[in-house]
Amino acid sequence: MTDSTKPEQRSEGTGTAGALRGVPEEAPGPENPTPESPSDKSVVRLGDRIFRSVATGSGIFVIATIAAIGIFLLIRAIPSLQANEVSFLFSREWQTGDPSNLRFGILDLAWITVASSLVALILAMPIACGIALFLTQYAPRVLARPFAYLVDLLAAVPSVVYGLWGALVLAPVISPFAVWLNNNLGWIPIFADGNVPAGSGANVFTAGIVLAVMILPIITGVTREVFARTPTAHIEGALALGATKWEVVRTTVWPFGRNGFIGGSMLGLGRALGETVALTIILSYTYTPPNYSIFDAGATFASRIALGSAEFNNNLSVGAYIAAGLVLFIVTFAVNALARWIESSSGKGKE
Amino acid sequence: MRTDTADVEQPAADPAFQYLSLGRKLKNNAATVVFTAAFLIAVVPLLWVLVTLLQRGLPPLLNADWWNHSFYGLLPSDFGGGIYHALVGTIEQALVCALFSVPLGVTVGIFLIEYGQNSRLAKTATFMVDILSGLPSIVAGLFIYALWITTFGFDRSGFAVSLSLVLLMLPLVVRTTETMLRIVPDELREASYALGVPKWKTILKVVLPTALSGIVTGVMLGLARIMGETAPLLILVGYSRAINFNLFEGPMASLPLTVYTARKTSTEAGEYRMWGAALTLVLLIMLINLLATLISKFFAVKTK
Amino acid sequence: MAKRLDIKDLNLHYGKFHAVEDVTLQVQARSVTSFIGPSGCGKSTVLRALNRMHEVIAGARVDGKVLLDGEDIYAPSVDPVQVRRTIGMVFQRANPFPTMSIRDNVVAGLKLTGEKNKKKLDEITERSLRSANLWEEVKDRLHKPGGSLSGGQQQRLCIARATAVQPDVLLMDEPCSALDPISTLAIEDLIAELKKDYTIVIVTHNMQQAARVSDQTAFFNLRAVGEPGQLVEIEETGKLFSNPNQKATEDYISGRFG
Repeated sequence: MTDSTKPEQRSEGTGTAGALRGVPEEAPGPENPTPESPSDKSVVRLGDRIFRSVATGSGIFVIATIAAIGIFLLIRAIPSLQANEVSFLFSREWQTGDPSNLRFGILDLAWITVASSLVALILAMPIACGIALFLTQYAPRVLARPFAYLVDLLAAVPSVVYGLWGALVLAPVISPFAVWLNNNLGWIPIFADGNVPAGSGANVFTAGIVLAVMILPIITGVTREVFARTPTAHIEGALALGATKWEVVRTTVWPFGRNGFIGGSMLGLGRALGETVALTIILSYTYTPPNYSIFDAGATFASRIALGSAEFNNNLSVGAYIAAGLVLFIVTFAVNALARWIESSSGKGKE
Repeated sequence: MRTDTADVEQPAADPAFQYLSLGRKLKNNAATVVFTAAFLIAVVPLLWVLVTLLQRGLPPLLNADWWNHSFYGLLPSDFGGGIYHALVGTIEQALVCALFSVPLGVTVGIFLIEYGQNSRLAKTATFMVDILSGLPSIVAGLFIYALWITTFGFDRSGFAVSLSLVLLMLPLVVRTTETMLRIVPDELREASYALGVPKWKTILKVVLPTALSGIVTGVMLGLARIMGETAPLLILVGYSRAINFNLFEGPMASLPLTVYTARKTSTEAGEYRMWGAALTLVLLIMLINLLATLISKFFAVKTK
Repeated sequence: MAKRLDIKDLNLHYGKFHAVEDVTLQVQARSVTSFIGPSGCGKSTVLRALNRMHEVIAGARVDGKVLLDGEDIYAPSVDPVQVRRTIGMVFQRANPFPTMSIRDNVVAGLKLTGEKNKKKLDEITERSLRSANLWEEVKDRLHKPGGSLSGGQQQRLCIARATAVQPDVLLMDEPCSALDPISTLAIEDLIAELKKDYTIVIVTHNMQQAARVSDQTAFFNLRAVGEPGQLVEIEETGKLFSNPNQKATEDYISGRFG
């Protein structure tokens, strides 16, 4: 049945199978090419070879896609950046209607983006952590799943709906509180007067709250998973020492899951930085530069691009928006990469 | 007599268990309250959004015309009209997106689980999938604009939207496939190999069928997710109040784009249509979510 | 059909871990050979090397020769898929394909490698299920899923599946370890019958089972944890259990060790 004609060929004993599966440090000999290579000297069926190539090709395609995003955005941004009459990084202007006189800078966009995302993060982080603890440690077993599903439902609501809700329903309700903050804590710079009245509701304050709701399920999801992985032995060890539930959480669950929580929060941050439509609807666009207060209005990177989509009619003007998109891409890339790195180191430090 | 007994039992009157100090008890109770409150706080916006949608969006949906008419020919002040044109657009764009992203994403998942093992290529691909899943949708739209419209010279169209949605959908499909392939027991793969079945056939005929219902569920959840995307639509396609079945030509409505556009009609009728479209969108998403849950419940393959 | 196996200087590795050292032994056609020994001695690893299942695990490596009627199954021109077709395997836990019916499970090996003739497949289904002593129990529900059977039935289904492709050799990796005594007995009876047509190698933890079913028995041991496993001796079963050549074997079978 085995159609070998030269059974003696393997007498050096260099392990065909080993070479095929790849144990590089122990597979010497010139006839052993790189491990994992399908063209290895052992017989590999045509079907397997094709299938493997297709699968590998798709993996390469994903990598190439990310590279292509960076490259194409860069190529399209460069001519506009060269034609820009003002500093891209430090100008507060955004005049792109006339391709022969491009004046665009991202300073104000960066402020609105960062401010609204930070407000969202500050609000969402403690709540998400609390929810994750509640769902994994406190909620009755039977209810934990439906409760978690309820929180996940927050992620199923499209951002355009959050935008409507934020601008038309939430803003009027919270603007008295915004006015109160502005009147009583106005001496703190971030609560000072913004470039629109605090009572208008179309400001970073409202946007941050809506963003917080939007990123809540993301942070909760990651954190819940990590908290749930706390080794039972740790928890039972603490319980056996007479710890209260809170003490168990503080001494075992929290140290174990802290990095996962931080990683999840970074993922939420990445999402908040790139959120577009909700903020386009909530923030009123104004030509008055922001005052570095949370009662500012204006545009984030993403919402500025969305607002500009109407004037996508010549490559130079579009290039300005693409340049802003490139910055957003780089920032979210970095934030996401950091998030994954922190998350993957979760639970390892405190073993 | 009585005092005697009390004296005798003096030592035993010590509690059998050590009492918790008041401080520890208070802290413990406070923590319980705080964590429960955190959960309740999260439920508030969910209910608030849903109630708002039902209150303001339900009236248009109760009109039969809503489901088989478009907004074509309506004056800003006209009530009436229907969401059919936007439903067509949303469903077409999502299906074409699935047509590309599902085969590609499943193949990437197969590569990562069945072939990649711990190779450097697989690790890089995993990282890139992570990055893709954090890609802002507006950037996906800009990229397709730069590639498909500026570089290749095509017009803005529903198809361009589908392409950008592929970028957003792909990581969801890959993640789902990975998770589902991972829970297929190795014993099944080995049983197949031991019968002399080649690896590729083992994957196609044994591993994938076992993981299928999970993958389908994940794909549907992904579809529900991308149907709500609005940002790339603003860049990649014009809005149309009429029905357009052609993905490749002309402006095309979709539910999120309709919501966004109707907001600019600042009449009572405009708002009426806006909330109607928003509720329709959310109902569609919930419906697909529900279907996905049912599939995973009734078609799951039991693998011990 | 049944063929002889010659194992020469077999060394097996998992990455840098040397799992099995210098195993040389022969398995006669139409006989049952059991591998016994303490946990971790490498007996299952050797078994998996006999149909090239060892290399499915990432980092696994094989040195030495395994000859099937004189032909090296590790020769460069040999397709591992072909080897596994010729040398079948039954696993510790019954693993019927959950997406397939009982019938499709039996003929999975044939169907997945291209056999389409329905009549032929039906014949093979019946023949294989009969030879696995399962036909009478399942003939009325061939289209029910394989997972609907009891544990012992599932394991016999897996044996039927393995014999349906008509291999020359049948490897069994602790086939009864997850079964109750009655199902175990059924499988042991089956092994005695299958011996007429197949060369059988069985790994077992159960020394009584080895004594009951096998013609020759190989005892594997390891000097210490972390050291490679070795073949201590291989002997006619009756002799190995009554009068072993090695002290280590005697210690093991008399319960003084392992």
